Amino acid sequence: MSIEAQSVLNETFVLNLGPQHPATHGVLRIKLTMDGEYIMDADPVIGYGHRMHEKMGENRSYAKFLPNTGRMDYVAALFNGHGYVGAVERLAGITVPERAEYIRVITSELNRVSSHLLWLGAFLVDLGGFTPLLYCFDDREQILDLLESVTGSRLTFCYYRFGGVSNDIDEDFVAGTRKFITRLRSRMPMYDAFVTKNIIFRKRVEGIGHISAETCRKYGATGPVIRGSGVAYDVRKVEPYSVYSKFNFDVPVFHECDCMARYKVRVEEMIQSMRIIEQALDSLPTGPVMAEKVPRTLKPAKGDCYYNVESARGSFGVRVVSDGSENAYRLKLRSPCFSNMSLFRECSEGMLLPDALALLGSLDLVIPDIDR
Amino acid sequence: MKFTSLKSKFEGIAVRGTSAPVAGAEAGAPVPLVIETPHAARGTNLDVTVPAERVVEAVTILDDAKFMIEAITGVDWLAERQYEVIYDFTHVESGERIAIRTRIPRDKPELPTISHIYGGANWHERETHDFFGIIFTGHPQLIPLLLPEDARFHPLRKDFTA
Amino acid sequence: MECLRLVLYVAGLLAFATFNAAYLSLLERKFPSWLQLRPGPIEVGPWGLLQPVADGLKLLSKQILTPQGADLLLFKLAPVMVVVPGILCLVTIPFSETLVARNFNLGLLMIFSFGAFGVFAVLLGGWASNNKYSSIAAARVVAQNIAYEIPMLLVVISVVFVTRTFNLHSIVEQQTGGFWHWNVLNLKASLMMPIAFLIYFICMLAETNRAPFDMVEAESELVAGAFTEYSGMGFGLFFIAEYVNIIVGCSIGTILFLGGWDCPFGLLPGVHWFLIKMYALCVAVIWVRWSFPRTQFYGLLNLSWKILIPFALVNLVLTAFMLKLFR
Repeated sequence: MSIEAQSVLNETFVLNLGPQHPATHGVLRIKLTMDGEYIMDADPVIGYGHRMHEKMGENRSYAKFLPNTGRMDYVAALFNGHGYVGAVERLAGITVPERAEYIRVITSELNRVSSHLLWLGAFLVDLGGFTPLLYCFDDREQILDLLESVTGSRLTFCYYRFGGVSNDIDEDFVAGTRKFITRLRSRMPMYDAFVTKNIIFRKRVEGIGHISAETCRKYGATGPVIRGSGVAYDVRKVEPYSVYSKFNFDVPVFHECDCMARYKVRVEEMIQSMRIIEQALDSLPTGPVMAEKVPRTLKPAKGDCYYNVESARGSFGVRVVSDGSENAYRLKLRSPCFSNMSLFRECSEGMLLPDALALLGSLDLVIPDIDR
Repeated sequence: MKFTSLKSKFEGIAVRGTSAPVAGAEAGAPVPLVIETPHAARGTNLDVTVPAERVVEAVTILDDAKFMIEAITGVDWLAERQYEVIYDFTHVESGERIAIRTRIPRDKPELPTISHIYGGANWHERETHDFFGIIFTGHPQLIPLLLPEDARFHPLRKDFTA
Repeated sequence: MECLRLVLYVAGLLAFATFNAAYLSLLERKFPSWLQLRPGPIEVGPWGLLQPVADGLKLLSKQILTPQGADLLLFKLAPVMVVVPGILCLVTIPFSETLVARNFNLGLLMIFSFGAFGVFAVLLGGWASNNKYSSIAAARVVAQNIAYEIPMLLVVISVVFVTRTFNLHSIVEQQTGGFWHWNVLNLKASLMMPIAFLIYFICMLAETNRAPFDMVEAESELVAGAFTEYSGMGFGLFFIAEYVNIIVGCSIGTILFLGGWDCPFGLLPGVHWFLIKMYALCVAVIWVRWSFPRTQFYGLLNLSWKILIPFALVNLVLTAFMLKLFR
């Protein structure tokens, strides 16, 4: 499919969005064929941040790949770690002690809240309102401090190990998390009044960026994208993993299929995550945080398996193919942003440029996750 | 459970076809074609091995049953001189997961595209082509996706040296 | 003698304009940092007071790049052309009873004619850059400014019905004696006077291309809009012009609606009250910019054509009606 630049007959022109651009959240280039202010065709060009993690998975032992998992979707890095660790544990038949599972759930849900807060700020910056970003970062700082005290990192976490977690949580962490939940709960009405009810914001996102449920199914879009289109698909409910089946939480679903629906899904998800964290803290069991008798060099049995988790951006899946040696034979990382981004071309046809950027922002993309 | 009703449909197409051998297990072991797998141990509910020319039929069965495409994975079995391509599908309501596998010879790696059925397969197939050099016949835009536009190498092949 | 006085005034106004542009840009960074719970610029000088000096030196020291294929004459003319109308408007603004460079009888008319000139300069700059982003931005500037020029002029005309003169000095003299004489509260002339002030304020935001109407720059979409290709002092001149336009717009708002140099309680009128009111309006302009996201382009035009113009027309008719009734 070739696009003629400066075609005089149909008066379209080619505009390059990126790779350096304030609104594309990373290094993404979109070749837009525009007719005035309307987009005729939007062809994303990705791969500027491609580091070939899948080859790195084959070149080193299972344990040595653990730091890589934090570098793909760095905003919600714990989910990537959970997916990889879960896949290898499934293949090797390792059972994780209950306390470790609870800690995984608590830290993952904290990471989900921090990822959604960052998305909220960045989405508003795309639309031109700079101030909410600073308020979101204020809340996010507290989560990062909590997670740093337990994992040692603020952004690219490498905390889960095969058979559990590397570090136990202490009383300070539990008290700090409870304090944080109280504070964020009291600030949600402020976000509601400042952002959700802001008339200019609502005019920018209501009715914009329609993505039907059928499009989501054909492209494999998961996470808040499909939940904003009316489909209640959440891996934690539909294919429960870890100890999520023990907690009482709702999956927010909205049927309007526009950017506002996806926004509301993420705000609701933050509230539900706080419910999960509270229940997990209340019923936290005692015990070890690491399974016993996990070999130093893991050599899982031959075969392959699939494991997926509900990341902040969608369903993150890992397919591990093992041939019995200490390196993986093939490691496939199914990134949610990759599938979410692939529907942009079809959905942005005929839209105005600012509306297409609002749609891009509402998909919540982290480009290194697409590029891997 | 949806996949139980689909089993018979898959068994109908899995045995027909005369292309590359569809062996998947150890040499000498019987060749299962439609296997029900335990979800907790394998992550999938149904594992279907089809010949290369039956892939489009198998995917159409899944599209009619309203499954969602998740991933397309390529594996390079250098010793057996074959590529294996695994298509992962999931159902949004029941959470069932079905994997379709196929094998193609390494010397002539060609598969029909499914991008006309599932739009998402467009990018997945481009990525698999980037990494392995598998040609998806009928694909509208089989140019490099993650690698540079002028790349002519395929990094995930087992005999690839930088 | 008159000529020398005028030259001195213009020099003084130039200094006033550049000083304001510099320190309004600092206020633009300190005020939102207070809203956003962060310190803002604190490194250069106490409380960051020397930050504009550092910014000015930086802009002066940058290489002036001209893009290939740009129209050289227009490209270099545009930044100069965009500053001049703002300074010329300041010539006729009365800062106090005696502090005015040249008081024209048609002062108000002169200001609006020069205002339109600034739009032309931005259009030239965007077009001459040979850059698609800038061309799109230039087209947007024209559409936006035309759309918002109309309700602003309608509102100003309704004020002129009340004041019966274009002479800015006389307009303020009619409002002396305390805030109940100010035009914004002059409900005998028109019941919609406060709304007229609001319409004027919104139109002023749009005419000076300030958020939420800053489609021209729209950083997250068009990088820097019409100014994308300008570097160094070329960009600096556009920057200064934006702040001079804000000052002119706020000054006109003060003069037309808020009583100019009058004290709210009629006690000590003077230039200090004029400056206080003008800077209060500038702070309001900055506050609005940092609180709201950007509108879409058709939302912006809809606001003007479908909401502001009908209200301004109603205000005009109402003013004429009430004047006929009560005089």
